[in-house]
Amino acid sequence: MPIRTHRLRFLLASLLFVISAMAAQAQTLRIGLAEDPDVLDPTLARTFVGRIVFSAMCDKLFDIDAKLNIIPQLATGYQWSADGKALTIKLRSGVKFQDGETMDAAAVKYSIERHKTMPGSNRRGELAPVTSVDVIDPSTVRLNLSSPFAPLLAQLADRAGMIVAPKVAQAEGDKFGSKPVCAGPYKFVERVAQDRIVLERFPDYWNKSAIHFDKIVYLPIPDSTVRLANLRSGQLDFIERVAASDLPQIKSDPHLQVSKITEIGYQGITINVGKSDLAQKNPLGRDPRVREAFELSLDRNGIVQVAMDGEADPGNQWVAPNNPFYAKNVPIPARNLVRARELLKEAGVTNPSFTLMTPTTADAQRVAQVVQAMAKEAGFDVKIQSTEFATSLDLADKGQFDAYVLAWSGRADPDGNIYSFDACKQPLNYAGYCKPEVDDLLKRSRTTGDLAERKKIFGEIAAIVLKDRPIIYLYHRHWLWAYTDKLTGFHPNPDGLIRVQDLRFR
Amino acid sequence: MLTFLVRRVATIFPTLVFVSMLIFGLQQLLPGDPAMILAGEERDPSVIAHLRETLHLDKPLPVRYLYWVRGVVHGDLGESLRTQQPVLQLILEKLPVTVELGAFAIAIAIAIGIPAGVVSAVKRGTAWDYGANIVALWGLSTPNFWLGIMLILLFSVTLGWLPASGYVSPFEDWRANVASMIMPAFVLGNAIAAVLMRHTRSAMLQVLSSDYVRTARAKGVPESRVIMKHALRNGLIPIITLGALELGTLLSGAVLTEQVFTIPGFGKLIVDAVFNRDYAVVQGVVMFTATAYIVLNLIADVAYAVVNPRIRYQ
Repeated sequence: MPIRTHRLRFLLASLLFVISAMAAQAQTLRIGLAEDPDVLDPTLARTFVGRIVFSAMCDKLFDIDAKLNIIPQLATGYQWSADGKALTIKLRSGVKFQDGETMDAAAVKYSIERHKTMPGSNRRGELAPVTSVDVIDPSTVRLNLSSPFAPLLAQLADRAGMIVAPKVAQAEGDKFGSKPVCAGPYKFVERVAQDRIVLERFPDYWNKSAIHFDKIVYLPIPDSTVRLANLRSGQLDFIERVAASDLPQIKSDPHLQVSKITEIGYQGITINVGKSDLAQKNPLGRDPRVREAFELSLDRNGIVQVAMDGEADPGNQWVAPNNPFYAKNVPIPARNLVRARELLKEAGVTNPSFTLMTPTTADAQRVAQVVQAMAKEAGFDVKIQSTEFATSLDLADKGQFDAYVLAWSGRADPDGNIYSFDACKQPLNYAGYCKPEVDDLLKRSRTTGDLAERKKIFGEIAAIVLKDRPIIYLYHRHWLWAYTDKLTGFHPNPDGLIRVQDLRFR
Repeated sequence: MLTFLVRRVATIFPTLVFVSMLIFGLQQLLPGDPAMILAGEERDPSVIAHLRETLHLDKPLPVRYLYWVRGVVHGDLGESLRTQQPVLQLILEKLPVTVELGAFAIAIAIAIGIPAGVVSAVKRGTAWDYGANIVALWGLSTPNFWLGIMLILLFSVTLGWLPASGYVSPFEDWRANVASMIMPAFVLGNAIAAVLMRHTRSAMLQVLSSDYVRTARAKGVPESRVIMKHALRNGLIPIITLGALELGTLLSGAVLTEQVFTIPGFGKLIVDAVFNRDYAVVQGVVMFTATAYIVLNLIADVAYAVVNPRIRYQ
């Protein structure tokens, strides 16, 4: 009899254990990432994938919504001074950091100054125009600028606007990334490099009613097939950057759902027009007519269908056609082989040849092959040079290329998609493009706060730059996410991040 | 013996110095500027300058080498520039995972390869023999990554029996640990099993036709005893040597298998570090492996010397 009682107890205990384990499981959200993030310090962080983890851990002064409007997060409002050289930000009251410290104006001042002064900070360039930060009262700060800077709000809606807990940041110094403390909905628990990042719910989060999971586990799984297999087998609840070719399979699975939205970035072909001597040695870099012919030989819809399985929007600018800053005065040119051949004839090169450097990613390889085939019909002889990514960047930086297939993840403000690429001697200006009038316009676009005026300036920039073609923009990818049918509350955002607010199981 | 030991240990140091130079030198041949790739998408010039300073890329090559060697001598292999974790900690964290995977793979290879080889030799020329040979050929010619993906689709997605990828420590949950190891270990062990099978077969065929086996049979020893005790024991000697040689295959195979199954082991650590130009991690991992290899060789030599006096008097 006692044995039987023991067995019964054991059985009941096991049952309880299983039930409680299932309950615990139900409150954990497991997200499959395409890469392993770099250091988890908002000041030092460099990768896109890191921003996904930050969005659950570190709230920002502002955020952006699906239509790219700036919305308050840790701030409640802002006011530009009349001369545009001071931004006064009102802060949300009663916000706590995950270590219990109060998030106030002094903390904001500390974070902005840390972003600006810490050695190796990746935020310094983004906050360059900010000269000082004044604490007006515990819930008001003022950022003083050297000159008006319209993209500042968008910067403060990204890592530059993340506020870190001052006491921990001071104590940890440059090791803060190993145990970051911010004012977001989830606090850092542990990280095993290349394996997982575990976050747990912060009970005193200011917007806790929007948070429904107890735990979030991020698992970096670089292979998209394996990532999907994990989702289908129930090991993951959510995956990002789904391969377009996997969509039919996901759609046929009744237990999965898909969300998508057009990215704020782009895929394009950068042309060496002045980065090195090589630019003058090749008709493509030397003669704008040859570049125009090259562009006219391309059918963007065809490229999107073949290279991206239709999961992208064709585009010809640094922002997608549905973006409020899209310059309508320069629409997408249709493919025109007759005109392309005429232009080549005018330029005196009927059979121009150039090398198209391509990173080894599957997308880039497919784009290069389709471009090669299309351009051939106009008379171009395109040689594809597949190059490992780090090497290709190095060659691009040294100007050792004719043309280069390169994607950009995009920023909420159009400035982030063009300034560094087209202004003279900027770090991402691999084309070597430099035109004083464009520089002037770009600078004006930064100093004007008026939206209509900025749109007008971007229209003027488009009219010049898209004719010079240092970059031929091809398309804007769709961000693709797949997740279990149990999950609700996901709002796709064109920045590609996964916001955890409102996410819950049915 | 002491002289032998001193002489043998003394040879280690020049070897290690040479290896460290080789690792450092080869690393410099990697194309691409590490500071640029580490600086992320924005490639802010001030960040690149800071990284160059931190990595001592602004210094001449010999100075950089000395900086690194100074750290290594003090047991400091540096810090991953990508994640800021100490390289030694990363190595110690990842090594047991790969060792476990390797041990599982070897166990699977032995469990499949040796019985298959024995059956194939004993039943020579029969359907059993042909069947085993076909399986071995399949094992040798199937690429790891393809087999991995197929197993994931079958056992994780369709049947839902095993986790598709990832790793769970045995101290956390041993059942989950075994479940996460079965598929990768099978993929890794599969090719080695094929090699073992082929060699076991030929060794067994040789032994089975030897005189003492014939004598044993003539004495009326049961066939199972002849095979297991007389033939297999002797046939296994070259197989053991071969098994030790296959350890190298195991490590290189682990690199790919760990990628497919997203196992945070040694192989994945080095591959990711190479692609991210995380120099400190690449150098640290290769130096650690080389040192371990040299020390293990030393131990083997000393063991030989202990067993065989002729060696130590040479």
